[in-house]
Amino acid sequence: MNTTIMLFLLQDGITNGAIYALLGLALVLVFAVTRVILIPQGEFVTFGALSYAMLATGQVPGTARLAVAMGVVAFGLDLYAARRSLRLKLVVRSVLLNIVLPVAILALTYALAGPKTPIAINIALSLLIVAAIGLFLYRIAFQPLAHTSVLVLLIASVGCHLALQGLGLVFFGAEGLRGPALSNAAFTVGPLRFTGQSIAVYGLTIAFIIALWLFFGFTLMGKALRATAVNRLGARLVGIRTTLSGQIAFLLASVIGAISGILIVPITTLYYDTGFLIGLKGFIAAIIGGLVSYPLTAVAALVVGSVEAFSSFYASNFKEVIVFTLILPVLVLRSLAAPAVEEEKD
Amino acid sequence: MSALLKVSDAHVAYGKVEAVRSVSLDVADNEIVTIIGANGAGKTTLLNAIMGILPLTGSAAFAGADMASLDIEDRVAVGLSLVPEHRELFGTMNVEDNLQLGAFRIAKAIAARSFERVYTLFPRLKERRKQLAGTLSGGEQQMLAMGRALMGAPKLLMLDEPSLGLAPIIVADIFRTIGELRAAGVSVLLVEQNAQAALKIADRAYVMELGEFVLSGPASDIATNARVAASYLGFTHEGESAI
Repeated sequence: MNTTIMLFLLQDGITNGAIYALLGLALVLVFAVTRVILIPQGEFVTFGALSYAMLATGQVPGTARLAVAMGVVAFGLDLYAARRSLRLKLVVRSVLLNIVLPVAILALTYALAGPKTPIAINIALSLLIVAAIGLFLYRIAFQPLAHTSVLVLLIASVGCHLALQGLGLVFFGAEGLRGPALSNAAFTVGPLRFTGQSIAVYGLTIAFIIALWLFFGFTLMGKALRATAVNRLGARLVGIRTTLSGQIAFLLASVIGAISGILIVPITTLYYDTGFLIGLKGFIAAIIGGLVSYPLTAVAALVVGSVEAFSSFYASNFKEVIVFTLILPVLVLRSLAAPAVEEEKD
Repeated sequence: MSALLKVSDAHVAYGKVEAVRSVSLDVADNEIVTIIGANGAGKTTLLNAIMGILPLTGSAAFAGADMASLDIEDRVAVGLSLVPEHRELFGTMNVEDNLQLGAFRIAKAIAARSFERVYTLFPRLKERRKQLAGTLSGGEQQMLAMGRALMGAPKLLMLDEPSLGLAPIIVADIFRTIGELRAAGVSVLLVEQNAQAALKIADRAYVMELGEFVLSGPASDIATNARVAASYLGFTHEGESAI
């Protein structure tokens, strides 16, 4: 193999790895705070990407209507949960969050959507839509199960993934879509050609990692989220609501998923079910990081991306097999090295 | 004095097993009340139920308002705070972060004053403020757990076995601090196996056996009660027969 090909593959691998890193970080975050293994992360990617692609053609994506429908269900659940002590303040807050917010997003989408809408507005709309879906998904599927075991949460997670994937087929059809690039600029360094899109991928990934680090290290809300992850009862005893932490975790995860999707969709054609496979690669990185370590997850994601790039060059038929095999030695090593951990009972 | 905490006819059950049966107690403003009793008497269960961690049947009112519809976080917001037996600190975060989170529901300006107050009560915590909570000694962890609870400026602090597993000299230190809390306007409900130390600082005491209160009254009376002396203080008063 010559150096040029190697550099090409490495560049490709790092671009994909950066995306997997974002997804892996979101998975670790959600698991630490809520103990949910977020299989529907891939659907956040698809919804973000395809909503953006549809908005770029001037259409209103079905996800905006889904957000409203989910908001109504979430509102119903809120009312039911608080039926014994219905306080006006609670109801008003629930109406604002679950009804007014998604309706406003839908209205905004209808008002702004058009073939000439600037890219930035389309991105903002897609992010808002997917963020709302993430928020309501937690309220509907996971908040009522918050006290159950990791296994029950995982089963619910798989259910959500299947449901959202099915809805994706309804909204976007079986045909793949591609979105416009964020920037058409490009420059070359030696044999390598850097497109504006790949620079955006690197830039946004780094920006997100720094933002997350600042959020968790220096803000009260970020520390509260970490506290919930470290000690759920302790967090409740100082007045941090587990549900609030869960909502924020899901909000972050859905926004990260949607961003990843928007970054990929100008590079490759995405189908309604492509997100799952992309999410799984983030999941591999998260597993290598033990579902606890953020830096390890980020490094592992770059390795996953590079391995994928090289194996698609040398043995493209076995590309996925090779990538997913990465998880085996890690699992064996972890099961040998780590003492048996009993599942947290609460 | 008005009752800050008033619990009437409380029952707490784990499935079909009733761990606490028909218990009534009250704590007034600026009062230190202790519940003493042997291991397994139901003391911790009772505190957890008052905090909302376990369901309580019967009634529990705080500052005159019934707490039945309040969850743990709401109870924290109205001024009730629990330092649990296992402390439940944020082990991988430093002392300062633990304390800051204790003031999660408090306005920033007030939290700054709370920091001042906690560091005055526990100078050791100020020395260790950048150390991870999980690496502190047992005594320091207890101080941190109390400090974290006090950061939220509670009206009533419930302490579950603060002396558990600590060296006698540290226990004395902790109990001295509990005594000082009264001056700061905090009422205390103290659950202890170390009856002697608890009765010394408390105003009133309840004696709990097998899920029920068998005795209550001023702490000084309880301390001289023959039955209590024999079972919990480990000595008999002269001229009185044990039980």
